Amino acid sequence: MADDTVTGPSPGGPGLVADLRVPGRLDARVTAVPGEVVAVIGPNGAGKTTMLRALAGLVELEGSVEVDGASWTDPPRLVRERSLGFVFQDQSLFPHLSALDNVAFGLRSRGVARARAAATAHEWLDRFGIDDLAGRRPHELSGGQAQRVAIARALAPAPSLLLLDEPFAGLDVGVATALRLELARHLASYDGIALLVTHDALDALTLADTVLVLDGGRVAQTGTPHDVAARPRTDHVARLVGLNVIRDDDSFRSFSPSAVTVSLAQPEGSARHRWHGTVLSAAPHGDAVRLLVGADRELIADVTPAATAELGLVPGRAVWLSVKETAVQTYALGPT
Amino acid sequence: MTTHATGRTLGSTLGRPPLALVLPGALAAALLVVPLVTLVLDTPWGSFLDQLGTRAVRDALRLTALASAITVVVCVALGTPLAWLLARVDFPGRTLLRAAVAVPLVLPPVVAGVALVTALGRNGLVGSLLRDATGWTIPYTTTAVVIAHTFVSMPFYVLSVEGALRASGERYDVVAATLGADRWTTFRRVTLPLAMPGVIAGAILAWARSLGEFGATITFAGNYPGTTQTMPSLIYQALQSDPEVARTLSMILLVVSVATLAALRNRWLTTP
Repeated sequence: MADDTVTGPSPGGPGLVADLRVPGRLDARVTAVPGEVVAVIGPNGAGKTTMLRALAGLVELEGSVEVDGASWTDPPRLVRERSLGFVFQDQSLFPHLSALDNVAFGLRSRGVARARAAATAHEWLDRFGIDDLAGRRPHELSGGQAQRVAIARALAPAPSLLLLDEPFAGLDVGVATALRLELARHLASYDGIALLVTHDALDALTLADTVLVLDGGRVAQTGTPHDVAARPRTDHVARLVGLNVIRDDDSFRSFSPSAVTVSLAQPEGSARHRWHGTVLSAAPHGDAVRLLVGADRELIADVTPAATAELGLVPGRAVWLSVKETAVQTYALGPT
Repeated sequence: MTTHATGRTLGSTLGRPPLALVLPGALAAALLVVPLVTLVLDTPWGSFLDQLGTRAVRDALRLTALASAITVVVCVALGTPLAWLLARVDFPGRTLLRAAVAVPLVLPPVVAGVALVTALGRNGLVGSLLRDATGWTIPYTTTAVVIAHTFVSMPFYVLSVEGALRASGERYDVVAATLGADRWTTFRRVTLPLAMPGVIAGAILAWARSLGEFGATITFAGNYPGTTQTMPSLIYQALQSDPEVARTLSMILLVVSVATLAALRNRWLTTP
């Protein structure tokens, strides 16, 4: 699958050129230039975490990984010989070491003297605003603090490749929002390549230069966050950004759930943009009520609470959905 | 609401415990407790210190302390790497080796002694080679005592540490590798510190097993005062000639055993 909107790195030059094949789980090409932040999104089981683990050398890999002109796969490099930082989903801070020693760990194992490693670790904790917690053990830290330590630990040795596996999973919304802003700042000043696996469209939109959509182990789409959000090619991304996407033979049609009209009687007019189905669920969404309707496909529609009551839109109710032609965006199937 | 409170309420509302359970239970408790009480009562407390001062007792005490201390050191030095190999390296025959390591746990100590003779005895497979090469023989020396103790104690240590290594998992080893640490550094700075509770429990178990070791020692090392006569061997000998000494020595070992149990209290005696 071609890398469409971003100028890819040239082989042998700086940046990441990887052809990741893990039989039965992943078959994806990913490229990035130094300083680029790539968000990897996709449904559960799409191979997102496998992609990070393959780059790190934690799963057996067919294919190749080249970072800044040096191959990590031919000859194969051990995990510890790869210049990478890995932020794990569960943080995985060493429970017996203080926050400071956790952050200094990567520097110490790469041969930095104890005092200098400690000084650098203090700097990193300070950048995350938690240097006063340097002496604490992980169990004495909150989720947000622990995740800051984990990110600082991964960044401290200045790796060429930073791999973040859902860094905001399991955090409170408020904490995640604050941390997302902080991370955006750190990633802006980070001159390596960052790959960020996320479930959250917001992460992709706020943090990434490029979005890579994985589906069934393959790259379904790459592009700028704006492009991917505006013209999603998979149901998953459509759901993430809150759009309905319909794939036709040679093109995609997408439309916003607020553009959908819900009625009990069959609507008049264009036959192309209407569906008959039953309400599967109804849940508050902002000021509106978001309906999930099972027609020949699953579609989402936003209606007012008043309309919900008036039409009796409860799960099981048969409804008609229709969209005006002008509200539908059509784009080509192939890579743009 | 605590489980404690729940248990109490249920106990009083569900009725009396049935005799069919109370009687055998009480009998079992009596069987375990009465001999300990009588041992305490029969200990010649009046001459306790005098007994401790006799040469035979002092020698046996010294030898037991020495042998059990060296045994623990050998278990830690050799058993920790073995536990790590069993827990972390996928080599052919690993399952078989783990089973073999556990065998001395259930092996009658006398059989362990006989097995040691076949390997390290004067005419044993390794022992004869050693004798031909250096003229040195192991049986009936203090070295033999330490070897016998290590043979029976090591499995307790290895299984305890291996369990701790498995429980802490490979997860942190992976994290350390992504931070550039080699396996030796990872072992020193991550794996071993995380397995420390298992190391300590294993060392205490090995030490306690070594203190009481009798069968393998007397078979392989004999019962020579000053060189191979440990406390249990002396108790066995004294029981025939001087029961008071036997009781005194037994009392000492009982105290040490109870102290060991107290040290392990947090691990085993606290009910979940």
